[in-house]
Amino acid sequence: MAILDLLLLSILVLCALAAVRTRDLLGAVIIYAAYSLLMAIIWLQLGAPDVAITEAALGAGVTTILMIATISKTGRYE
Amino acid sequence: MRMQEILILKIVVRFIIPFIQVYGFYVITAGHLSPGGGFAGGTIVAASMVLYALTFDASQGLEKLSHERASLFESLGAIWYVALGLLGVLVGGNFLTNGQIGIPLGTPGYLISGGLIPLLSFGIGIKVAVTVVSLYYSLVEED
Repeated sequence: MAILDLLLLSILVLCALAAVRTRDLLGAVIIYAAYSLLMAIIWLQLGAPDVAITEAALGAGVTTILMIATISKTGRYE
Repeated sequence: MRMQEILILKIVVRFIIPFIQVYGFYVITAGHLSPGGGFAGGTIVAASMVLYALTFDASQGLEKLSHERASLFESLGAIWYVALGLLGVLVGGNFLTNGQIGIPLGTPGYLISGGLIPLLSFGIGIKVAVTVVSLYYSLVEED
């Protein structure tokens, strides 16, 4: 389990760095959704299934939808 | 080509929305027994309604849940929560007193247990679902 945690956490850090550094805002939002999904799995690993469900529904679902709606109103590239 | 893709999307979404809503209401009603609860379940129900508005049109979704109806449901959820909390004050306990004022608690582990908590999370679920959907509508609405 420690190896799985290490793997998940390293991909999480990679996702966070990629979401900050991407110039394409739509791509950054998608990477952020992947970050939230990984974070939900990590919450489950840490023994917090309640937080994991909320993170999967809010972080990966609603936040992504709201950000994509904002991008459709503004521009895709910064 | 483009029309056919939209047709497939519409049929699949029409098929999948009831399942998402049943799962959301399951998370709400079983919130005192298993992980989940009003907030998470309400978000899942809201995601199904936002999916409808994304696939069809925002104006078509707005017909199903107009701003007036949304504010009505939001206020009803909040009033429901506060009224259940004030029940304890009226009987002589603290705000949100549950078992001490004689509300039957039921058998632990079964669906009907926990006294006021399932009713409270139902109110929270309604309020969160409607709030998230109206957030999306006010963001995408043409002005």
